[in-house]
Amino acid sequence: MPKKKIYLDYAATTPVSKEVLKEMLPFFSEKFGNAMSVHSFGQEALEAVDLARERVANFFGAQIGEIIFASGATEANNLAIKGLIKSYYADPKNKIKPHIITTIFEHHCVLNACKAVEKENLAEITYLPIGKDGIINPTQLKKAIKKNTILISVMYVNNEIGTVQPIETIGKIIQKIRQSKTEGKTLYPLFHTDAAQAINYFDCDVKKLGVDLLSMSAHKIYGPKGVGVLYIKKGTPIKHIQDGGDQEFKMRAGTHNVPGIVGLGKAIELINSQLATLPTGRQARNSQRILKLRNYLIKKVLKEISKAYLNGSKIKRSPNNASFRFDNVEGEGLLLSLDIEGIAVSTGSACSSGALEPSHVLLALGLKHEQAHGSLRVTLGKETTKKEIDFFIKKLKEIIQRLRKISGGVLKDFNS
Amino acid sequence: MPLKYSKKVLEHFTRPHNQGSMKKADATVTVGNPKCGDLMRFYLKVGINTKGQEIIKDLKFETLGCGAAIATSSMATELAKGKTLDEAMKISKDQIAKELGGLPKVKMHCSMLADEGLRRAIEEYRKAKNK
Repeated sequence: MPKKKIYLDYAATTPVSKEVLKEMLPFFSEKFGNAMSVHSFGQEALEAVDLARERVANFFGAQIGEIIFASGATEANNLAIKGLIKSYYADPKNKIKPHIITTIFEHHCVLNACKAVEKENLAEITYLPIGKDGIINPTQLKKAIKKNTILISVMYVNNEIGTVQPIETIGKIIQKIRQSKTEGKTLYPLFHTDAAQAINYFDCDVKKLGVDLLSMSAHKIYGPKGVGVLYIKKGTPIKHIQDGGDQEFKMRAGTHNVPGIVGLGKAIELINSQLATLPTGRQARNSQRILKLRNYLIKKVLKEISKAYLNGSKIKRSPNNASFRFDNVEGEGLLLSLDIEGIAVSTGSACSSGALEPSHVLLALGLKHEQAHGSLRVTLGKETTKKEIDFFIKKLKEIIQRLRKISGGVLKDFNS
Repeated sequence: MPLKYSKKVLEHFTRPHNQGSMKKADATVTVGNPKCGDLMRFYLKVGINTKGQEIIKDLKFETLGCGAAIATSSMATELAKGKTLDEAMKISKDQIAKELGGLPKVKMHCSMLADEGLRRAIEEYRKAKNK
């Protein structure tokens, strides 16, 4: 009998929950209408899309017209950045080149979208560094704001090291700056956050956060792949970047992914309803359970494995994330050995991705290349059990011991 | 994410041959760079065969690196052992990869240091001998 596999890579993606799948299924063959069609087939689909939009708006404390469905967080982030630039240049009054502030450790979709507009000479970009704890400094961000800053984009929770950024604080700083500028008449700088990793565990009320734009993806919250949301606060100067039909308030052309949108709506509702029953609700209990399990994992790994370290802040981190690094071990070999044991995790080592550089996030933390190569990301989910964590730690110990034996003192001798 | 490796690569990764250090090696060399993630050390012991030729009597490795780096180290030592030094000098990247049932393309240039390490060890030995 094949052994049961253990999935500890919930930051990469999550399984679609049963309740979500159940709501999605009728919208493939039975209720297959195009939400833009006028007839009953179309109306049926539109109703489902509307319900999903309502659920999402409800979750974010937003209005229905502020929720744009897209293909995922990558598209949502691209739309936020490039759509703002497009809108800026559409106004003939805007003559100077705009400035964008983001962080050095954003997800590649934000980072590369910024690099793309920078390369096309459409904007100048500031990439804020992070502290050793994996958190940006709001004062430093404030100092980086210039007259021509139109956008500040900071991720809510880092996807690799799980550190939480002070979004609310930044929101307040930006609010103040806007008010001081031309008696509050300017909308700039706008504030965007990529919240893909935050939805499950953190408060995402857009008013509380003070954000104008927020991106998320369904597959990180036990929903389907290929669907996400961009929240756009009413009145935000933004233009669509994909040409086509009038879908999504003309902000995102393309036939609605109806089953996906339905799934996203249900997945977010499940978080919402669970949060609503705080403090005894399932979600709160589940978050607490995951947090306890994750703390147990970190404590045990750091105690039982020599030369093991945690990447990023111990406290200001997502309850499901443990990002380790180990001396004298290379991440891909570690990943491969764990995979052979049926355990799925992730690494920031270059050798696992085909890239030549290790993860930009780990390098941003100030780690040396050889340190970053020895990294391992373990992310827990609602199905994770203590038994699985114990088995993982046991195997991890064995594997690290084996790989360290194979490497001998080769690194130490190289450095000396 | 983990690249798709052949069964043979996984075998050599899980149970590498000739792994370890050597006390009285005739030559010891380290190749690679920790910056790239792969670092290999080879220990070479030279002997003489019945024809009076110099051969690789023993060869051991220590490797810090990915699955491909460990598997290629193992295979290179396996191929070289018992061969004359001249024959061992000719062991190529392609040959090591072929014996392993192929390697992912990206691994061919970054993790395939074993052939270089082997040649360097032999050169080192010859240099020391001719001094």
